[in-house]
Amino acid sequence: MVRGGRPVLNDVRLTIARGTVTGLLGPSGCGKSTLMRAIVGVQKVAGGEVRVLGRPAGDAVLRHRVGYVTQAPSVYADLSIVENLRYFAAILGVPNDGVDRVIAQVGLRGRERDLVSRLSGGQRARVSLAAALLGTPELLVLDEPTVGLDPVLRTELWELFHTLAAAGATLLISSHVMDEATRCGHLLLMRDGVIIADDTPRALLARTGATEIEAAFLALVTKQGSDTTASPDQSEPVKGASR
Amino acid sequence: MNASIRRTFATAGRVLAQLRHDPRTIALLIVVPCVLLVLLKYVFDAQPHTFDRSGAPLLGMFPLIVMFLVTSVATLRERSSGTLERLLTMPLAKLDLLLGYALAFGALALIQAAVAFGLTLGPLGLNVSGPTWLLFVVALADGVLGTALGLFVSAFAATEFQAVQFLPAFILPQFLLCGLFTPREDMQTVLRWLSDVMPLSYAVDAMNRLTTQSGVSSLVVRDLIVIVGITVVALALGAVTLRRRTA
Repeated sequence: MVRGGRPVLNDVRLTIARGTVTGLLGPSGCGKSTLMRAIVGVQKVAGGEVRVLGRPAGDAVLRHRVGYVTQAPSVYADLSIVENLRYFAAILGVPNDGVDRVIAQVGLRGRERDLVSRLSGGQRARVSLAAALLGTPELLVLDEPTVGLDPVLRTELWELFHTLAAAGATLLISSHVMDEATRCGHLLLMRDGVIIADDTPRALLARTGATEIEAAFLALVTKQGSDTTASPDQSEPVKGASR
Repeated sequence: MNASIRRTFATAGRVLAQLRHDPRTIALLIVVPCVLLVLLKYVFDAQPHTFDRSGAPLLGMFPLIVMFLVTSVATLRERSSGTLERLLTMPLAKLDLLLGYALAFGALALIQAAVAFGLTLGPLGLNVSGPTWLLFVVALADGVLGTALGLFVSAFAATEFQAVQFLPAFILPQFLLCGLFTPREDMQTVLRWLSDVMPLSYAVDAMNRLTTQSGVSSLVVRDLIVIVGITVVALALGAVTLRRRTA
């Protein structure tokens, strides 16, 4: 996949199982967001196929079934929290009690009438997340949802993610903070547009002999470096299927 | 279809709620045209017929210009804040969004036109031969046309600076060629052709006819149809510029 004249994703093949919390980890600029955009269907894909819930990514049917939270909070700064969520609820066809539910889920009770422009960055991110939770989507694609949040809130949100997964939702969550990896049921490690690992955290640690994910990532990068010098460049830009 | 109407009205309500949180913009939208009309009246204090001649065309022009500006900035903000991308991953038809905007700003254009008309035809004593209600309809159509053009043009602006620059780039040439300064039939052929394809020319033509002729002439109706037609085309082109999938 080419973005800005530069290939961003290269030969990515992956499948994400239903009802799991999958972490997409890698340094800034490695292509996490582009991969997520491809799965949501807002990214032009140069080659290959992306299937989501049995449909081509971006299919009209999926607009009811997939929730997407971008890195920058995409809510209206000049509206209050409740005005934002009521609007998105109306677009999704969700009754207004859904608004109260998601406000409680992201821990913003009591702030409903506040203008989003007066909220902190972390609070705005939670309003954006709340909007994605409105339709009780089957697939939630969250681009760095926990950045800049305090540890208590971060723990609460991860509990929420696991509750949602237990109820049958599939979550794909990106982060550049490696210590969030242990909270995921499954991990995708990414570097320079390539998935370098697709495994459970435990298996990953066992395979690399590392004690934490950061060290495992380093071990994989070193190994990949020595492999690349031996094998020719893979140039076929094939996008893998999500589920 | 029912759901589509609900989404359109939800969008219009949301745009109006955003404006409600910004009372200064509303005040500017309504007060500025009135101040300009008062200035126009007293600039031509010694020549009342000049005010009578140019008052009505300007009444039609203000809603167009102001709505163009407000809409292009509002839509650009929607694009750059990421909310547009979010909406396009939701079950919202592009036309629902555009009509929602057109509806909200159309309502605002209605209020603006009502205040400007009350002032111009009342205290300022503008004399027009044609029916007042038709004058009002043309001004309202101009406002909605401005909204539609703003929606379309905002697709070509990457920043708010650019969006504001589109006003002189897009509107001022029309302002010069619309027949306000010199009759369109007296212009050089090339300029005449240009003015023939510019939406503002029809807005001003309609207002000029209403100033000088009583009753509803078929030419006014034709101008109005052209204005509505361009509005529909601009909305359709605007829908094309909203892409669900981007590079």
